Amino acid sequence: MAADRAASFDPDALSWYEATARQRVLALTDPGSFREILPPTERRMSPHLPLFDLPRAFDDGIVVGSARLDGDPVLVAAQEGRFMGGAFGEVHGGKLVGLLRAALELKPRAVLILFDTGGVRLQEANAGETAIAETMRAIVDVRAAGIPVVGLIGGRAGCYGGGGLIAGTCSRLAVSEGGRISVSGPEVIETNKGAEEFDSRDRALVWRTMGGKHRRLIGGADAFCADTVAAFRAAARDLVGRAPALDLDTLEAEQARLEARIDRFGDCRDATDVWARLGVNDPESVPAMDTAAFDETVARSPEADHDAR
Amino acid sequence: MTLAEILASLFPQGHAVAVRDGLVTGTGPFAGGRMHVVGVDGDTPLGVDGALVLSRAVLDAVRAGDRAPILVAVDSDSQRMSRRDELLGLNECLAHLAKALLLADRSGHPTIGLIYGHSAAGAFIATALATRVLAALPGANPSVMDLPSVARVTKLPLDTLKDMAKSTPVFAPGLDNMVATGAVHVVLDPDRPLEGQIRAVIDTLPAEDVRDRLGAERGGRPVARAVAAAVIEQARLG
Repeated sequence: MAADRAASFDPDALSWYEATARQRVLALTDPGSFREILPPTERRMSPHLPLFDLPRAFDDGIVVGSARLDGDPVLVAAQEGRFMGGAFGEVHGGKLVGLLRAALELKPRAVLILFDTGGVRLQEANAGETAIAETMRAIVDVRAAGIPVVGLIGGRAGCYGGGGLIAGTCSRLAVSEGGRISVSGPEVIETNKGAEEFDSRDRALVWRTMGGKHRRLIGGADAFCADTVAAFRAAARDLVGRAPALDLDTLEAEQARLEARIDRFGDCRDATDVWARLGVNDPESVPAMDTAAFDETVARSPEADHDAR
Repeated sequence: MTLAEILASLFPQGHAVAVRDGLVTGTGPFAGGRMHVVGVDGDTPLGVDGALVLSRAVLDAVRAGDRAPILVAVDSDSQRMSRRDELLGLNECLAHLAKALLLADRSGHPTIGLIYGHSAAGAFIATALATRVLAALPGANPSVMDLPSVARVTKLPLDTLKDMAKSTPVFAPGLDNMVATGAVHVVLDPDRPLEGQIRAVIDTLPAEDVRDRLGAERGGRPVARAVAAAVIEQARLG
């Protein structure tokens, strides 16, 4: 069934942003190769949501399993942003942590994490937060074992809160225009610090500050994709093949890279100021650039490509 | 306990740990060698600048190669919430700090968190929760979000949430709940010298991440471990 459905998707036409977690996984990996672990039929649901009179999902908002990518065995986790904003609850987190721990035994070619999350699920906040810490530890273990962990970000919920920290722990990240990576979301900043600090209704500001193009230009992501599954697939294949090691040299390089970023851009008020300082001729035009024009701009950004992650 | 009291109890012979702009760095003599201390004091929010100061100190300790313990002392606000911090990649800086601590652990440095005040959200994850085990002192107040905010988001009355919090540690703020979840390994006794208590924690460090096992045993996170174990089991079947 799953394989039949996968065959009916055209990855070139399927929007990553619009697709469900299962559609993304099935169209991203080799046709017929995905085998889901703890599938919805097992009904591993949150024991906590009924206390809040909230509906549950049979998969708790995350799809995990094994598959092949161009013939290579991979493990895949995909968050479902449509269920509670893809947020980390107890079962959701346990599935991701289990998958990463399994990678240490199975030694796949890579682990792919398809982020689509608002962060911690508040109704299960302590479990979600602890799961995020467990996930980060597990990712570091997997990377140290020589297995790349590649994050793909382009869903409706973005990659916020603890999800942003997990993303920063991955070997490589691919992001699309619709993808956003951030710790505090726009509404969180506005609620805590006021609209003069961050006006969450200013969508253009949100995209400039946290969106895929800004992250790619400053080296916060390693690939920028058009919003199709095919583009994410190509990026994933490429990034798996050039993942940096997790060792002291890499982290010293990342320290230097991030310190240099703050030295260089620490007084910038807006992303357009950062882009101007990066040498972008017409910073105001960046948000409207198509992928090809943006790729050319990235090629001229000295900060964009590095092995310091 | 205040940070000064903690350091005095941990290093009775004196120490070279300093606090600047709410950021804690330095060393003290410990168990015939030394201990590195990093941290956040005074309910200070952790932003991009502070995270990189702390990661610099951790990487210096790893570079020194002394395999000395690293204590992460935490009384922080949440991550610094600002447009500037997000613009500059706060997620990368906090993750970098966590990775530095995890690398130190892998490089033979015992890493112990010590929460003695408040901490929340991204700052909590990048500091205290990135250590092998997290100890706490009574009065510590780790949280993800305070109950009035949870009430706003979940649209449940605050009194209902307060009642639920008594029997459901998975969502409520506070030390006891983080202990039940397994995030906090042990609560120390402030009336006894911390030197011996921390040494005992280091001598019995678990080899792997045991937080989900503790969460199941203590009842605060009943299913996380079983779910992770089931995933591993099914993954093995190919």
